[in-house]
Amino acid sequence: MKFVEKRAKTVDEAVNLALEELKVSIGDVNIEILEETKPLFGILGGKEAKVRVSLKEREETSAACDFLKNVTEKLGMKTEFDTSYNEDEERIKVEIKGEGLGLLIGRRGETLDALQYLTNIIVNKKTDSYVKVTLDAENYRSRREEALVVLAKRMADKAVKYKKNMIIEPKNPYERRIIHEALQDYPGVTTYSTGEEPNRKVVVAYKGNAGGYERK
Amino acid sequence: MKELLEYVAKSLVNNPDDVKIDELEEGNIVTFEVHVNPDDMGRIIGKGGRIAKSIRALMKAASFKEDKKVNVEIVD
Repeated sequence: MKFVEKRAKTVDEAVNLALEELKVSIGDVNIEILEETKPLFGILGGKEAKVRVSLKEREETSAACDFLKNVTEKLGMKTEFDTSYNEDEERIKVEIKGEGLGLLIGRRGETLDALQYLTNIIVNKKTDSYVKVTLDAENYRSRREEALVVLAKRMADKAVKYKKNMIIEPKNPYERRIIHEALQDYPGVTTYSTGEEPNRKVVVAYKGNAGGYERK
Repeated sequence: MKELLEYVAKSLVNNPDDVKIDELEEGNIVTFEVHVNPDDMGRIIGKGGRIAKSIRALMKAASFKEDKKVNVEIVD
């Protein structure tokens, strides 16, 4: 749990100093007054206050961690979690740490995706608001994203080279979006998806002759 | 495995006390029959069966550890 301790003349001042340092507003923190001395005899003895200001963990974050802790324990794993909250995206990120996480990731992230979906449902069950939860383990998500971008560009180069449309193996919506985004401004190609879930595929289409101006 | 399934199912539904799980083992195939309150069917199956699918994926991972095949059936 992240916290700072501040000393100032009054409790309010000390709290404000702490909020400035944490760059959060008063609603995001718990405040604990550690010391507060008042002058006993007029001017004698300076006023002083010491507070500890700690970041409040969002209810959803602790719900997510509780659920994941229980699930991984029942799978015989010892895990810890690093969490962060992105206010703009209303997204909680949970990084799962521990040993043997391969089991939790599964083939092509299948298990991680399933666990992520269940965590989303459970976390949002009790609250009216909706936050998204993203799970990661061993940087699987970023490694996968990198691999998909490389794949997308290789397919785009092939499409241009052979002046043909290239079709990528079926991918889930999240992974298709990464491919579409990677090729959004890529010269010579355009992308779209075809087919029905779960066999929906990205097509990397050659657009060299768009408009019928082909001259050879 | 049963404990995991029971925990996940109870976390999803509104009537956790009504969750009952039968376990049938044949060779190395384990079949779990999950019974829930009729009001909770949607909460355990999900839109287009997505929740049920995720539960099965998670149970598949659990079954790897025990070197078994696992089936999860949801019945009311």
